[in-house]
Amino acid sequence: MIANYGYKDGSGEYYISIDTDKCISCPAGRACLTACPKGMFEIITDDYDDEVAAVKQSFRRSLAFDCTGCKPAGGYSSLPCMTGCTPGAIKHSW
Amino acid sequence: MADTAGEKKEYWRWQENCWIDESKDWRSAKIITAGIDVGSVSSQAVICVDGELYGFNSMRTGNNSPDSAKNAIGGVLEKSGMKLEDVHYVVGTGYGRVNVPFAHKAITEIACHARGANYMGGNGIRTILDMGGQDCKAIHCDEKGKVTNFLMNDKCAAGTGRGMEVISDLMQIPIAELGARSFDVDEEPNAVSSVCVVFAKSEALGLLKAGYSKNKVVAAYCQAMAERVVSLLERIGVEKDFFITGGIAKNPGVVKRIEKLLGIQAVQTKYDSQIAGALGAALFGYTLMQKQGAPAKAA
Repeated sequence: MIANYGYKDGSGEYYISIDTDKCISCPAGRACLTACPKGMFEIITDDYDDEVAAVKQSFRRSLAFDCTGCKPAGGYSSLPCMTGCTPGAIKHSW
Repeated sequence: MADTAGEKKEYWRWQENCWIDESKDWRSAKIITAGIDVGSVSSQAVICVDGELYGFNSMRTGNNSPDSAKNAIGGVLEKSGMKLEDVHYVVGTGYGRVNVPFAHKAITEIACHARGANYMGGNGIRTILDMGGQDCKAIHCDEKGKVTNFLMNDKCAAGTGRGMEVISDLMQIPIAELGARSFDVDEEPNAVSSVCVVFAKSEALGLLKAGYSKNKVVAAYCQAMAERVVSLLERIGVEKDFFITGGIAKNPGVVKRIEKLLGIQAVQTKYDSQIAGALGAALFGYTLMQKQGAPAKAA
């Protein structure tokens, strides 16, 4: 399942997509939990009883601001969450 | 906006609805399940007997989620002569899903809408647009109604039922008439430019002052709402069959414009589009009961 967390507002589209099929038996050892400096990810049991990564509810409406520090302007050449997730489950829309 | 009695008329107020299938006898059913969808604007209760829709109640959500859940299921129980103790399994969904005191399990409305749409529109349904009271969801599912991709926008009221209620009140047109009125125009106007309900409201007032008829303003708003939700749908990709759930599915002014923008027709259903979430929850309950085997009682 592709889970898109985020929103679209007057300034643009801000979604973090997680391919939760890649979370099952995660070979990266749930690296997303520690890779994000803000601790935006959590592991949940979804509606189909799979343990998968998700963006915490408290961050879902403020991604444009919360992720700013990890974007190129913040000195990063690649996003820590995407780098940490070696199965490639995490993507940013912006 | 006052009527002759001096009371404020509620143009936004939509029709509450309670129905049971009198051709079915719930007393002979092996498994009775209920789904309770406590949303931000409306609450629905659906009862299924042996995995088939038996009855539902759709009403406005109050300021207390547990009471809304009790009132919603109370209506359909009373009409059917059933007691809560007769229901074997209850699933809560919607914003207030964790506040349904008699539920055995809570499941997100995304999964429930997909399951409900699969029942209402058939197993060919692949793309679902749920235009809820205060959010909008675009969902992809497989032939079993299992979610494969979803996107939810609950940050902005544009493209939601609440936005339509605001315009209904502003134009002083009953909400059930908005869709038909939006086609009664000399020419199709451009959409209002703002994606924000607050600014769209002020823009609508500006259009009225500029000489637009009420119908033309409503048409401009319906077009804006359609464009808004289509941009969400395009993010996950639209695949046939396409199905719309939620209260706005009853507004042809928005639905026809969405269909025109997408170039495909939405699947029609004989069921009330607002019950999809609660129906999906009840069907999840049926599946869980089948897995468990022995019937339980409502919590």
